[in-house]
Amino acid sequence: MTGEMHRGGVAIVGAAETEEIGVLPNLSVIELHAQAAIAALRDAGLTVADVDGLATAGPMPMEVSHHLGVTPRWFDGTMVGGCSFLAHVRHAAAAIAAGAASVVLITHGQSGRSRVGALPHHTNPSSADGQFEAPYGAVTPYSTFTVPAMRFLHDRGMGPRDLAEVVVAQREWAARNPRALRQNLVTIDEVLGAPVIAYPFTRDMCCVVTDGGGALVLTSSERAADLACGGRAVYLLGSGESAEARLVSQMEDVGSSLAFRRSSAEAFATAGVSRADIDHLMCYDAFAHLPLYMLEDLGFVGKGESGAFIASGHTTPSGKLPMNTNGGGLCYTHTGMYGMFAMLEAVRQLRGEAAAQVPGIKVSFVQGVGLYFAASASLVLSNHRQ
Amino acid sequence: MKPVPTPETASYWEGARLGELRIQFCRSCGKYYFYPRSRCRYCLSSDVVWSVVSGRARLISYVINLRPVPGLEGVSPVIALVQLDEGPRLMTNIVGVDPSPTNLPLDLRLTVLFVEHSGVVLPVFQPDSEVA
Repeated sequence: MTGEMHRGGVAIVGAAETEEIGVLPNLSVIELHAQAAIAALRDAGLTVADVDGLATAGPMPMEVSHHLGVTPRWFDGTMVGGCSFLAHVRHAAAAIAAGAASVVLITHGQSGRSRVGALPHHTNPSSADGQFEAPYGAVTPYSTFTVPAMRFLHDRGMGPRDLAEVVVAQREWAARNPRALRQNLVTIDEVLGAPVIAYPFTRDMCCVVTDGGGALVLTSSERAADLACGGRAVYLLGSGESAEARLVSQMEDVGSSLAFRRSSAEAFATAGVSRADIDHLMCYDAFAHLPLYMLEDLGFVGKGESGAFIASGHTTPSGKLPMNTNGGGLCYTHTGMYGMFAMLEAVRQLRGEAAAQVPGIKVSFVQGVGLYFAASASLVLSNHRQ
Repeated sequence: MKPVPTPETASYWEGARLGELRIQFCRSCGKYYFYPRSRCRYCLSSDVVWSVVSGRARLISYVINLRPVPGLEGVSPVIALVQLDEGPRLMTNIVGVDPSPTNLPLDLRLTVLFVEHSGVVLPVFQPDSEVA
């Protein structure tokens, strides 16, 4: 049986996070995957016996499938950093539409904070980044991913205050979310006055570092209608993926991501929706400059308008474009590859089950990024088949 | 973090040891490009040559890293993107100034110099006003 990859042909029927997220020194990486997977299957009303496709990043897919007792006829180990799991949704939808898989399980688990059962961080000293970026101290996300930000701000007449505005806005969401790691409301001056990590980035402009996991279950919308969870299905309307430079120095334009522009444009086009149709937005925010880049590169605002848009409150609970409504990677959780959590918040919002629920939303856009500015994946999700 | 050259990048690092900034130039499309590789990044031509460039650049963007970097103690905290006058953009460190935003206006004119760190000679940049 073949169906539509986009426009509601494929549905997310199970979605769950690990019971706890945050600091979990007693849970290994593989256990985080397993906990999330079992919870997502329970949410879908399915069991491992129903699963015939598995996708993950971090461990290889067969490590997770065998751990759970899944025998896949389809797998995807696409590893492009934090947006890998968004890419898995896109790939799984293609596989389901083509008949190559019926029920796909996508798992994430990372002991980003406690490092239990985790691989040590390692840069290959012969790779391009190992030779031409790492020797200068560009070896951590906060000293590499952040480097283009000053040019972005400078060329738009913006500055560190605009980074702080991103944090202030997202704390308004986090303050409504008991699972968020950073829940206290903050002022611009408090964010600017927090300890500097890598100027212009202060602590609060950098993501939290946590342990946790999450998982999704996808199947065709025809099958979803027969499942117990059918009424809570979330449909994939459109998707896109793209890639640019692995080295931040080699971006075509350090003030804009070619990958964000391309993958988001494909997601809008395949979904057949416009920016005005988007009720809810998740922008992968490992650092506070990323929502600014994404608002502009996705076309929600014009060049140079992102800072004022956020400062005006448009992305807050009372705003017209609710963004990063779980508090984001900056406040909610960030295990290292945050993309799964961005999707899970979009699913909760579309199901009407979020901690800080936005009333009456129909369409959510999820924008991911991976390996600094190297990879991008974008999804358009809806609680209506269209 | 000590870079380990590959056959394609060896000339870059050999140049650095000799105090030369060597960048590849494509004779097919007439562009300089970075990082080193056997084919032009713009047109995939193999008709490429090494060229010792001027070492003149401008500051594109930076962070001032205040966290310790294990194995890179003593390296400048100014982690920067610079654009060579010949076109390519590089990650580097800015040296020769106190690491403060007031000393680091974007588009600041810079000149290359070479510093040895843990037995590796790295090209880094300093503001022109600091050049004797």
